[in-house]
Amino acid sequence: MLTLQCPYCGVQADETELSAGGEAHIERHGPGSSDEAFEEYLFARENPFGVHFERWRHSYGCGKWFHAARNTVTLEVYGTYPAQTTEPPADIRKRISGVAPGWTWRFLG
Amino acid sequence: MSETISALNNAGYSGLVRIDETGLQGMITLRGDLSLTTVKKVATTASGATFPGQRQITVSDTGALAWMSPDELLILCPYEEVSDRLAKMTKTLGNTNALAVDVSDARAIFAISGEDARDVMAKLCPVDLHPEVFKPGEIRRTRLAQIAAAIWMEDDDNFRLICFRSVAQYAYDVLKVAAAAGSAAGFHAAQDPV
Repeated sequence: MLTLQCPYCGVQADETELSAGGEAHIERHGPGSSDEAFEEYLFARENPFGVHFERWRHSYGCGKWFHAARNTVTLEVYGTYPAQTTEPPADIRKRISGVAPGWTWRFLG
Repeated sequence: MSETISALNNAGYSGLVRIDETGLQGMITLRGDLSLTTVKKVATTASGATFPGQRQITVSDTGALAWMSPDELLILCPYEEVSDRLAKMTKTLGNTNALAVDVSDARAIFAISGEDARDVMAKLCPVDLHPEVFKPGEIRRTRLAQIAAAIWMEDDDNFRLICFRSVAQYAYDVLKVAAAAGSAAGFHAAQDPV
């Protein structure tokens, strides 16, 4: 069972109290963008065996969206952070590097 | 004028614990920036309670004030006083970017009381209800089986639960099942320091 701490209300929320929101930090490319950029925005997703960044919503609690950094293999949670960021905070990246040296994820690593 | 009744009209059940739908309860939702002085003042004046910290619920003689999310508070007050208190709130708020709404008739409220109350609630909510972790004064929005609910403790044996009125019957039924005679888990009683 996955347990994530909501960064807004501090609750240790059980997976069943949350809604999964897919991959984190996707940059939007809308009208006027190139076909390649739009295609990437719509369809290109990571499917990592290891470190991953996701969006979650505390739907049975405060209702806020947040980000989570976790490992899809070990189910280890590296941390959660607010939704108002375009990339993972430095402290979480440092923590991941400590546990999983050499990790990469999209533009990170 | 028609007679106003609550969702289950004060239904009650005695099993492992006592379950009561406690009838009409005034509830006002206040959404806005909780760091604003005006918002704080409106909330504390309307509820008579002190301003709660994160996940806290504070109680006064005539009401309570609950922290529901980083931008939402719930004010509990007597049902008959809702419109008066709400009018005052709206007036004080003025042009402040905040919204106060009467949600009394959109919700149902239950009392779950008895020695096994923690066990009964723990069967339905994915929350650590250990006496050292979940204490009176804390409000937890979570799920009760399949529905959204907010729970808090009045004292060590008494829970209060708020859910949407439309699912009040479900909440009552599922609470009755969890409190059925002979279904004692005896988990939290065993955790108490002797």
